[in-house]
Amino acid sequence: MTSTAIRADRLSKRFRLGLKDEISDSLVTAGLKWVKQPLRNFHYLRSLSKFSDHDSPDVLWALRDVNFEIKRGEVVGFIGKNGAGKSTLLKILSRITDPTSGQVEVFGRVSSLLEVGTGFHPELTGRENVYLNGTILGMKKREIDQKFEEIIEFSGVRRFVDTPVKRYSSGMMVRLAFAVAAHLEPEILIVDEVLAVGDAQFQQKSIGKMQDVARGDGRTVLFVSHNMACIERLCQKVVVMEEGRIKMITDTKTGIREYLRQCSSASIGPDIRHLPRLGDGRIQLSRFRLMDPAGDELSSALSGRDTTFALHYQSTVERIQARICVGLSVHALNGDTLFTLFTYHTGRDFNDINPTGEFHCRIRRLPLNAGRYLIYARVEWDDQVCDFPTEPIAYLEVEAGDFYGTGKLTTDRGYSPFLVDAEWTCAHTQDNPIQSIS
Amino acid sequence: MSTTVPHVILRPRTGWQLIDFRELIQYRDLFYFLVWRDIKVRYAQSVLGIGWAIIQPVFSMIIFTIIFGRLANIGSDGVPYAIFSFTALVPWAYFSNAMTDSSSSLITSAEMLKKIYFPRIMIPLTAILAKLVDFTIAFILLLLLMPFFGITPTWQAIFIPLLIVLMTLSAAGIGMWLTALAIQFRDVRYGLNFAVQLLMYASPVVYSVTLIPENLRIFYALNPLVGVIEGFRSALLGTNPMPWDYIGIGAVVAVLLFVSGAFYFRRMEKVFADVA
Repeated sequence: MTSTAIRADRLSKRFRLGLKDEISDSLVTAGLKWVKQPLRNFHYLRSLSKFSDHDSPDVLWALRDVNFEIKRGEVVGFIGKNGAGKSTLLKILSRITDPTSGQVEVFGRVSSLLEVGTGFHPELTGRENVYLNGTILGMKKREIDQKFEEIIEFSGVRRFVDTPVKRYSSGMMVRLAFAVAAHLEPEILIVDEVLAVGDAQFQQKSIGKMQDVARGDGRTVLFVSHNMACIERLCQKVVVMEEGRIKMITDTKTGIREYLRQCSSASIGPDIRHLPRLGDGRIQLSRFRLMDPAGDELSSALSGRDTTFALHYQSTVERIQARICVGLSVHALNGDTLFTLFTYHTGRDFNDINPTGEFHCRIRRLPLNAGRYLIYARVEWDDQVCDFPTEPIAYLEVEAGDFYGTGKLTTDRGYSPFLVDAEWTCAHTQDNPIQSIS
Repeated sequence: MSTTVPHVILRPRTGWQLIDFRELIQYRDLFYFLVWRDIKVRYAQSVLGIGWAIIQPVFSMIIFTIIFGRLANIGSDGVPYAIFSFTALVPWAYFSNAMTDSSSSLITSAEMLKKIYFPRIMIPLTAILAKLVDFTIAFILLLLLMPFFGITPTWQAIFIPLLIVLMTLSAAGIGMWLTALAIQFRDVRYGLNFAVQLLMYASPVVYSVTLIPENLRIFYALNPLVGVIEGFRSALLGTNPMPWDYIGIGAVVAVLLFVSGAFYFRRMEKVFADVA
């Protein structure tokens, strides 16, 4: 039972950042490329003799010399920040993309779940989609016949099994899709963050099902997630990745600790000086960070907790004696403005500040629900814009917190970005009760 | 349970590869469901449903009969022009639709390509096979129409399955080429409608092959549709003897198209997920 399931040997994947440009979009550009090819070849040959082309700026090594071995029956979590190479690795293992060099040996039938509901078609009924999606995921028709009842039972959409899925609510669709995926029985299962679907109750059920799958006889599971609670529950072992390399392969506890360390160190002053911006630049915003009331750095905020947005600035002017207005705005990921915070509105423009420093904006009981938000910022000098990055200066990660102090999660009754301090009462009135018609 | 554990080595692919038929057989259930989805989805939510399969060739037949049969008075080898053109329009409609559908097939399934592995070649081949349903319906209509024109098929109708294979093979070959090109070059999609039109006039759809000068016919027959269409006419209408020479040349070209298309597709396959 301790035979190898997956063995990766010096696995690397290189992306050329200009790949889309590199591969011509139209025959005209292809023609131009062909004409320019001799010149390009010349440059290439020259660059070879100067530097190794590995360090050229438009090449991104999504994976670099990755070696690991996973035994049969192991449940392994892959963790790391965004861009650490986890997804690329999973894509190679599930054969969606080829490695640039190195190789992986895979022993056993692989099913990968990088998404639930791949190939679902809105015009087809639930039943038809179960078959289609099941075969896409690698099941045989016969297997689906056998498990059909179980799948429908698990999804809880039995009544609608012969209704086109376009009439399903999104929750029903996801449940059905997950139900199909949950009944896969490959030797090796690759899962990418698909547990984050459905309501809290269904999530519990899904995690439970995943645990069953993981315990199943000799099944190997590779699991990528940012949800440490899931990783902790499901995995015996984790692979911590950083910048395309494997940082460590260790037990779950140690791995999670390492991951959290990576995350917190990453949030120390993400530099925002490189962003494209407007303004005369007399004051420049240089860093953004998030702090708790005690002044400790946070990597993510928590709903309902006092939170401070800190904006570090630098100026070329010795002593700034002008009316400085600082503004922050928080946006949903689609760009909708949720709220703005201007010193002007709070009556606290700055009049006399040092050439470097940090503006602090303290938000009492952060009224944002769990989710991801964008933050923009700007500084004005006597009503003149002096620095205004045109791109978000930060992604704000908010985790579900106990906003109302009731121990209830604020994400399980329909989602809204805001949480508002409120209380409910019921007042008694003297109106006539509704008469029942006799 | 499983006695043999499949062992796969994933490494950078180099060079040229032909279709992996073993793998296709492994995935045959998926293939079946993809074809079935294509068919089902197309007819779901359309008022005329299956009727669309015959509307295109029937209306083309009516228009061609008026313009080419009556006004331009193009010869039709001694049979009524309507049935003469319809016999050609049935394979032609299949061919043009299969080409158009398969060339856009990968682009419309781009999301799937990025999320799951399956033999990519199934996507264009699905479109090619799904169109055979339309073909069958139009072909039945053709058989029903023939008695009205007082025509009975000749004994050579037994060769029709062969002609259908040839037709499907050429469509698949061109389809694979176009699909692999279309995912990189959007020109393919823009230019295709125009190319389809040109190809129709380069095939004996509205006219008889007898209009082509004798010494050029050998080049003309490089278009595999020439053999297919003239074969259909010969088998069903008995206008000319079975054109084995055209069919032979067409078959060689179709096989070349299919093999080169498969090679090219397999070569480009590895970048699909990255550029799609």
